[in-house]
Amino acid sequence: MNLLLLIIIPLVTAVAALLSRNKQQVRWISFAGSVAQLVLAFMLLFAFRNERAAGNTAQMLFEQSYSIFPAWHINFHLGVDGISVAMVLLTAFVVIAGVLVSWNIEKMTKEFYFLLILLALGAYGFFISLDLFVLFFFLEIAVIPKYLLIGIWGSGKKEYSANKLALMLMGGSALVLVGILGLYFSSGHSFDLLSLSKVNIPIETQRIIFPLLFVGFGVFTALFPLHTWVPDGHSSAPTAGSMFLAGISMKLGGYGCLRVATYIMPEGAKEYSTIIIVLASIAILYGAFATMMQKDLKYINAYSSVSHCGFVLLGIGMLTKTAMTGAVMQMVSHGLMTALFFAVIGMIYDRTHTRQVSEMGGLMKVMPFITTVFFIVGLCSLGLPGLSGFVAEMTIFMGSWEHVDAFHRIATIAACMSIVVTAVYILRAIGQTAMGPIKENFLQLGDATWNEKLAAVILVAGILAIGIAPGWLNDLLRPGAEIIMQKVSAIK
Amino acid sequence: MNEFLTLMKSELVITFIIFLLLFIKIGKGMKNESLLSLLQVLLLLNFIAGFFFNKTGSLFGDMFHTSLLIAFQKNILNLGVYLISLLCADWLKKTVHLSEFFMLMLSALLGMFFMISSGNLLMFFLSLELASIPVAAMANFDLDKKRSSEGAMKMILSSAFSSGILLFGISLIYGATGTISFAELPQQLDGSAFQILAFVFLFAAFAFKLSIVPFHLWTADVYEGSPIATTSFLSVISKGSIAFVFISALYNVFQPMYEVWYTMLVILAIATMVIGNLFALRQQNIKRFLAFSSIAQVGFILVGMSGNDKAAITSVVYFILIYVFSNLAAFAVASVITEKSGKENVDDYKGLYKTNPFLSWILTLALFSLAGIPPTAGFFGKLFLLSAGASKGTYWFIAIAALNMIISLYYYLRVVRAMFMDKNEQPIEKINTNPVTKFALILCAAAIVLIGLLSWVYDYINSLI
Repeated sequence: MNLLLLIIIPLVTAVAALLSRNKQQVRWISFAGSVAQLVLAFMLLFAFRNERAAGNTAQMLFEQSYSIFPAWHINFHLGVDGISVAMVLLTAFVVIAGVLVSWNIEKMTKEFYFLLILLALGAYGFFISLDLFVLFFFLEIAVIPKYLLIGIWGSGKKEYSANKLALMLMGGSALVLVGILGLYFSSGHSFDLLSLSKVNIPIETQRIIFPLLFVGFGVFTALFPLHTWVPDGHSSAPTAGSMFLAGISMKLGGYGCLRVATYIMPEGAKEYSTIIIVLASIAILYGAFATMMQKDLKYINAYSSVSHCGFVLLGIGMLTKTAMTGAVMQMVSHGLMTALFFAVIGMIYDRTHTRQVSEMGGLMKVMPFITTVFFIVGLCSLGLPGLSGFVAEMTIFMGSWEHVDAFHRIATIAACMSIVVTAVYILRAIGQTAMGPIKENFLQLGDATWNEKLAAVILVAGILAIGIAPGWLNDLLRPGAEIIMQKVSAIK
Repeated sequence: MNEFLTLMKSELVITFIIFLLLFIKIGKGMKNESLLSLLQVLLLLNFIAGFFFNKTGSLFGDMFHTSLLIAFQKNILNLGVYLISLLCADWLKKTVHLSEFFMLMLSALLGMFFMISSGNLLMFFLSLELASIPVAAMANFDLDKKRSSEGAMKMILSSAFSSGILLFGISLIYGATGTISFAELPQQLDGSAFQILAFVFLFAAFAFKLSIVPFHLWTADVYEGSPIATTSFLSVISKGSIAFVFISALYNVFQPMYEVWYTMLVILAIATMVIGNLFALRQQNIKRFLAFSSIAQVGFILVGMSGNDKAAITSVVYFILIYVFSNLAAFAVASVITEKSGKENVDDYKGLYKTNPFLSWILTLALFSLAGIPPTAGFFGKLFLLSAGASKGTYWFIAIAALNMIISLYYYLRVVRAMFMDKNEQPIEKINTNPVTKFALILCAAAIVLIGLLSWVYDYINSLI
């Protein structure tokens, strides 16, 4: 399995989309490219499982390293463990769904798909790189396409949202940059993740660098109080833009917090874990209550993303093996779920031309497929057993409960309570849109087209695969979380 | 004699071209089109020749010295002049005094060459004068525009002032140390108060030429008034050459006073980045906007310079190489648009993408490179500057620089937003770009993308030191 393919295929797709002649060609090229990415992601999963089954216990598999900028000791170093494989798989799922739901984009189609695939390229590169410089490079590659996607194809106050998003995310990556340089100079001139994890970085340095990296990546994953770009960005973005933003881009931050900040500096993570837990709990509750007040479907999902991503940070902050596994599960689960949520909202909006919950009603009668998917994703969001949300959140709670002191217990209980609030807003939103008397002007609306159905089916399949049989994902993630936890528990 | 020919070959070639122009002018003369084509070919040959037969050595009792790195630095400037001759072709063809313009530009270039090679403060002063007085005349080349003359006047006054300061600094240094030779100065420097005073004067003169805050006030007016060919020359080539000399003066000559100039660099770098960025935020005129953004870029160069090691030199040279491509491409697009439509404001660029996708993409790429966004080369350039600065462990300093990158991103994105997102009833009409200019723009775009991704460019520069 050559990991370079994960970078080359999106690159070729993006360039081919840019060179193609008409809109139909662009769509099919992008679709073919995203199918290839999905196939590749599955091949990676199976190859990874085979290697592990064959007894290969190396921390990272399929490693490759090419020296670039030798004066700075930078290597183009790629490799995956279970966590990265899961994230790559998630990205591939969201990309193909995003390409499918954007089938009807007429304005500057070529550029749209080019930027979409470029964003995916950044995400793939980010998840598989083991060199902090390369990782940072891919992190930044993923920012500007978002800006253009929102600014050009968005709706509402799109310029404002695009600017806010780009500046806040760039601010986050500036902190990451300073943190990375700090690591480089305080650890004997290395950007390599694996060798950095073996270096003993003095606790005084960790106290400074850990917050830089954690907050920097935290901006991407809506760390309270730096979450303010999320609602505006998501609600202004075009459908596929929101899907990518919430499904992939927010996960870059979670992955960075885990893999870079916590893994390299466990002492720092331990020192700051109280603050992380407090902030994450606030985000979970604040996000849930803020969602209750929203009337626009996209805002509902955007604020609920803040709440759900809070679980990711909570899981990381708890610093137990189970909670950490749960955090990654939540990333995958929320990625699939929120992408599907935004896809459904986009489908509804394309037909009704409104996103206000109060203006809808009875849509079940005219679009049974779309509303059914809406139900599924809503139930997943409120954590119904059998769907992925339950598995992930349950794992986090179980991991959190391993702590016996009052502080962790209270935080866990507070986070649990948010599920009730989630149930309220989800059921209310679904009830008001799908049930009740239908408005007259909605009677002529049609159901999903083939591309929308395919996109929804792919994402629902992902959600069910995790919800019904979580074992495979757990097996995939647990060894990765274990290695990180070994470093944490070795401190005492 | 043979040594004289090889060591001074770049200077000799430029002198040859200047004399050729002179003979053509006093002889039969040539049409602008053919003269420009001839110059483009000559400058290209000059650039290619710059890669060969480079040697290390010194002449005239150490007054003039050259090395592989210096030859490469000169060649970056050669490249810049060649690109200007292509990118501003439209404006150049229309100029009445084309041969004079090039004579002045090449004389300034010659001055810069001598300046980079100078081994003595007196030599440095003379060549700096040669490098700045012709530029003032070039600023005046929009003969029918008042602003152009105003810019030229400001330029000549401020450079006379800074020369005065420089000369005063040199005399103080001579008084304090008894020598003006670069080779002998380091042994004589002991960091006494008098020497520091002398050094501050010298530093101020450099700051004037590099338009470091608070010595930047002439920059915006001169940039706005001058024709774009001159503005690009000033902002890229002049700045680049001074930065090369500055870094070699600091590292090789004033190394014993490292603690003094490190503090100065840190303070001035922060001031330059912050002020340049804050002023750039509010500019409407694209030339003024690029002027302030280039002030901020100098701030980043200073961050790199504060590193004081081999990596810092490489990073600065590497950044300037990238800066040549990015800034010239940005100026060139502005030049093409101003030339064809007469519009110079950022608001006029609204809706440009609809009518001129090619120019919009090039400008976007150039601005992203200036802002330091991957995968453009600017990302690598900025990153290595910051890394070089971080090697001293002053992370708050690097954090300020990184935050300044965000401010700069805001205003670069403003132009991108105008081109791609804002609606406009009357966007600039479709512009047919001259094929030569188009070729050069594509060349710049390719360089902007490739220099970063091909890491051997950095390694090559690193191997020269």
